[in-house]
Amino acid sequence: MVRLADLPGWERENLLKRVPTLPRFDGRPWVRGPALAARRVAIVTTAGLHVRGDRPFGSGAAGMDYRVIPGDVATEDLVMSHVSVNFDRSGFQADWNVAFPLDRLKELARDGSVGSAAAFHYSFMGAISPVTQYEPKARELAGLLKQDQVDAVLLSPV
Amino acid sequence: MGALGHYLEQEGVATTQVSLVREHTEALAPPRALWVPFMLGRPFGVPRHAEFQRNVLLAALRLLETDHGPVIEDYPHDAPYDDLGVEPEGLACPVSFPGRPSQGTLAEQLVAEVAQLSVWHDLAVRHRGRTTLGVTGLAIDALAGYIASWFTDSPPASFRTGLTDGAALKLACDELKAYYYEAKSVQPGRHGSAAIQHWFWHDTAAGHAFIVLRTIAAQSPDPSMKPLAVQSLVPRAVDMSLQSITSTTNQRSAP
Repeated sequence: MVRLADLPGWERENLLKRVPTLPRFDGRPWVRGPALAARRVAIVTTAGLHVRGDRPFGSGAAGMDYRVIPGDVATEDLVMSHVSVNFDRSGFQADWNVAFPLDRLKELARDGSVGSAAAFHYSFMGAISPVTQYEPKARELAGLLKQDQVDAVLLSPV
Repeated sequence: MGALGHYLEQEGVATTQVSLVREHTEALAPPRALWVPFMLGRPFGVPRHAEFQRNVLLAALRLLETDHGPVIEDYPHDAPYDDLGVEPEGLACPVSFPGRPSQGTLAEQLVAEVAQLSVWHDLAVRHRGRTTLGVTGLAIDALAGYIASWFTDSPPASFRTGLTDGAALKLACDELKAYYYEAKSVQPGRHGSAAIQHWFWHDTAAGHAFIVLRTIAAQSPDPSMKPLAVQSLVPRAVDMSLQSITSTTNQRSAP
C-alpha cells in the first residue's frame, strides 16, 4: 500500500501494531520449477471473493474455508463478501482485475509469457488472526492445486 | 498472505505474492514477494488499465525465476491515477441529479435515496457489464426495506436461514454500500475512491443510517451484533474523520 511514512499516524500505528502478533516461520521452503513460460499458474486471493450464490464469507468456520473460482467464471458472476471495511472496494467494482487479475493471467498465457492458466483458482478471506489458522485449509488446497498440474501460485492480498 | 506462501511451499507448490504492507511481509518472510505502493484493495494498482496491471503481475511472477530466497522486491511505479468516472460519450446520462432527501424519517430518507439512485445504478451496470451486488439474494428495494426496518420498534428477522441477525445485517449493509458506490461512479465528474467514500459517509442518508446502526448494534444484547458495533460497519478512516469533525464542532461551540 502507500508507504507507511505517508499515512496518518493512527493508520500507521494500526498497521505496525500487528507486526509483533504475526508468527515467525522457522523454515525457508523454496520450491524450484521450470521457466515461467512453462508454468501453470493459479491465483489464490485473500480478497473474500466467490461466485455469486456460493457461501458468503463471515465469522466462524465460513470465514476460514476457501472458495473455488472456476477459470471460466464470468466477470458478472464474481462477488466479494470480505468482512473488513478498511480497504477500497471501488476498484474491484470497476474492474475485477485490480484485485483478481484473471484476464491479465490469461493474456500472459496466450502470449506465451506463462505456460497456462489453471482450471481453478481460489479465494480465502484475509483479516483472520492468527494467520496460522489458515494452515489446515492451505495444505488441503495444495492437493487440489497439484491435481490441476499447477506448479506456480500467485498469492494476492487485498 | 505470507503464511499461505509458507504452507503451500512446504507442500511442494511454488508461490509468489503481492505485498501491500511491506512490514507485515518482512515479519512473515514468505518465499517470494513483490511489494507494491498501492492502496489497500488494489494489489494490481488501478482498474481499467490492463497494461499497468499486466506489468505488476509479470513482475510478481518473474520472482519465480529467482535462484534463492526469501526475496522481497519493491515495485518501482506508483498507480497512475485514481479515477473511477466514465467518459460521457456513448452514455445516455439520467437527467436527475438528486441530493440527499431532507423530508421524512431516516428510514424513509434511506428508501427514497435508494430509489433515486436506481437510474444511476442501472447505468453503471450497462457501462460495466456487471454488478458486484447479489450476495444477499435480495432485490435492491427489498434490501433497503430490510435495513430501514432496523429503525422501527420491531427489527426484522434474518433474511436467510442459518444467518444470525448480525451476519445478515452486515451482508446487507456491505451490499447497499456497493450499490451506492457503483451508482456514484457513473455520475458526471471525476470520482476517486476517497471522494466516493467521503460522499457516502458525509452526504447520504445511508451513511447516516450506518452510523445509527452502529449505535443500535452496540446497544443490542445479541452477540452477533457486536462486530458491527466495533469494526465491521464503519471504516477506521471514516471514524477518525467523524471524530475530528465532532471535536472541531465542540471546540467552536465551547464558551
